Amino acid sequence: MMLRRLLHGLGLVVVLCFTLFPFYWMVSSSFKDQTDLLASPPVWLFTPTLANYADIFADEKVFGAIVNSLIIATLTTALSVLLGAPAAYALARFDFRGKSDLWFWFISNRMISPIVLALPVYLLALQMNLLDTHLVLVLIYLTFNLPIVVWICTDQFRSIPIELEQAARLDGANQFTIFRKIYIPLGLPGIAVSAIFSFIFSWNELLYALVLTRRSVQTAPVIATSFMSGYELPWGKIMATGTVIVLPVTVFALLVSKHMVRGLTMGATK
Amino acid sequence: MGQTRTKLNPGYGRWTPFWFLAPAVFALLVIGIYPTISALVTSFRRYNITRPRDGFPFVGFDNYISVLSDQTFWQSLGLTTQFFLTVLPFELLFGICIALLLHQPGQGLLRALARVSLVVPLATTYAVVGLIGRLVFNRDFGVANQFLDWVGIGGLDWLGSTTGAFIATAVMDIWQWTPFCALIFLAGLSMVPVEIEEAARLETTSKLAQLRYVQLPYLLPGLTAMLILRSADILKLFDMVFVMTRGGPGAATDLVSVYIQRVGFRIFDMGTASAQAILLLIVTIILSRLYIKLIYKEIE
Repeated sequence: MMLRRLLHGLGLVVVLCFTLFPFYWMVSSSFKDQTDLLASPPVWLFTPTLANYADIFADEKVFGAIVNSLIIATLTTALSVLLGAPAAYALARFDFRGKSDLWFWFISNRMISPIVLALPVYLLALQMNLLDTHLVLVLIYLTFNLPIVVWICTDQFRSIPIELEQAARLDGANQFTIFRKIYIPLGLPGIAVSAIFSFIFSWNELLYALVLTRRSVQTAPVIATSFMSGYELPWGKIMATGTVIVLPVTVFALLVSKHMVRGLTMGATK
Repeated sequence: MGQTRTKLNPGYGRWTPFWFLAPAVFALLVIGIYPTISALVTSFRRYNITRPRDGFPFVGFDNYISVLSDQTFWQSLGLTTQFFLTVLPFELLFGICIALLLHQPGQGLLRALARVSLVVPLATTYAVVGLIGRLVFNRDFGVANQFLDWVGIGGLDWLGSTTGAFIATAVMDIWQWTPFCALIFLAGLSMVPVEIEEAARLETTSKLAQLRYVQLPYLLPGLTAMLILRSADILKLFDMVFVMTRGGPGAATDLVSVYIQRVGFRIFDMGTASAQAILLLIVTIILSRLYIKLIYKEIE
C-alpha cells in the first residue's frame, strides 16, 4: 500500500517534469548570459541576469511586434464574438432548413490547413494592397476563430432554459431583445471562454503572419523566429522573447483549463 | 416546406434566423470560400509571380499532372504519414498512462498540479516550441545531448542529421500533444460510473483487466476523435517544424505544409502550390466528414 502510494506520487512527479521541463528550460535560459548559454555541457546553476529582458524591451522591433500581436488578437477576437455569438444563437434555438449542414460547415473550418488559404489570400492581398496590414490578419484569423466561437456559444446557449425565452416572448419581446437581454448575459461564461480561445489561437499563429506581413505589422511569433539567422544566435534574447510571448497565453489557458479539451476537439468529449 | 413551418408557428418570423446567421456566414464566405475558389482557379494556371511577363495562362490539368507525378510531393506526403505514425503511438501511450495516474485517487495536491500543468505545453506558441527545440537539441550546448551523456551515450548532431532532425521534431510534437491525449483519455475515464469501477476493483486487482473490460469502452469515442484530429493537425503542422528545421536538413522534415509553403513562397510557383493545396484540402475534407460522421452522431 505504501509502495503503491509512493509509485503514484513518483509517477505524478515524472508527469510534472515532462510537461514543464521545456518551459522551464526556456525561462531559465532567458536569465542566462551568453557565456552560460553557450556553456558545454549546459549549466543548471548560474547567476541570473535581467540583461536579456532589458535588451528586448529596449528593442523597438520586439515591442512593436508585441503591440501588433495585441491589436490583431484583440480585434479578431472581438469580431469573432460579434459575428459568432448571434450565429450560435440561431443554431442553438432556431429550426430551419440546412441547419446541420451549416453547422458542419462551420466546424469543418477547424481542420483546414492554413497553407490552403495562405496562397490565394496572399495573391488577393497583393492585388488589393492589403499585404502588411493589421486588417488582413484580423480577417483571415476569423477562419479559425469563428468556428470555435460558434461551437462553444451554441453549446452554452442550448443550456439556457427555453422557458425564459418563451416567457419573454409572451411579454412581447422580439427575438433581438431576447438575444440581447437573456442570452448575452446568461451565456457570458461561454462567450468569455470562446473569446479566450480565439485570443490564444490568434496570438500563437505563425504561418499567415509570416506570409502576409512584411516589416510594419510583424507579429510576436514572426519577430521571435526572425532572430534565427546568422551564426552567433542571440539565444538569451530569443528565449526572453519566447517567454514574453508564451507567458500571457499560458495564464489565459490556465483560466480556461477546464474547457481546454472541449475547445480543442469541438466537443468530442464533455 | 415553408408552409408547414409557418403552420407550426415557432414564435419567430421566417427570416429571423437569417438575420442572426447572415453576418457570420457572409464573413466565412468572403474569407474562406472565395479564396478557396480563387486557389482552385490558380491551380489551373501557370502562375509564377516572379515571371509576370509570361502572363498567367490556363494550362488545364497540367499542374495536377505534374504534382501527382512529382516524387518530392509524394515523399513529403509519405514523410507526413511517417511522422504521424511515429508520434501517435507515443502520444497515446503516454497519454493513457498520464490519464490513469491522474484518475487514481489520492495525492490530492500533486495530482491537481500535474493536471493543471498539462495545459502548459498545449498553450505554448507553436513557433516558440520550435525555438525551444532548437536550443534543447543544439549539438554543442543542447541539454538533450547532456541527458544522453548521463546515460552514457555520446552526443548527436540532432538538427544536422537526417534521422536526428526527424526525431527531434517528433519529440517536440510528442511533448506538445501528449497532454491533449491525456486530457481526452481523462475525460473518458471520468465517464465510467463510480459503482461499476468499484465493483471491478473488487473483482480483480489487475489494472490491465480493469482497463480492458471496464474503462476501454468509455475511451473509444475519445480515441476516434484523437486519431482524426491529430491526423488533420499533422497535415497542418507548419510553425514548429519550420522554426526548428525549415524542412531540412535536405528533405528530412519536409512535411507537406512546409513543402507547399516553400513551393509557393520560396519558388513562387503559385500554380503548382495551389494544385498541391487543393489536393491537401480534399484529404482534409474527407477527414472532417469522417470526424463529423463518427463523433457527432446524435446532433439534432
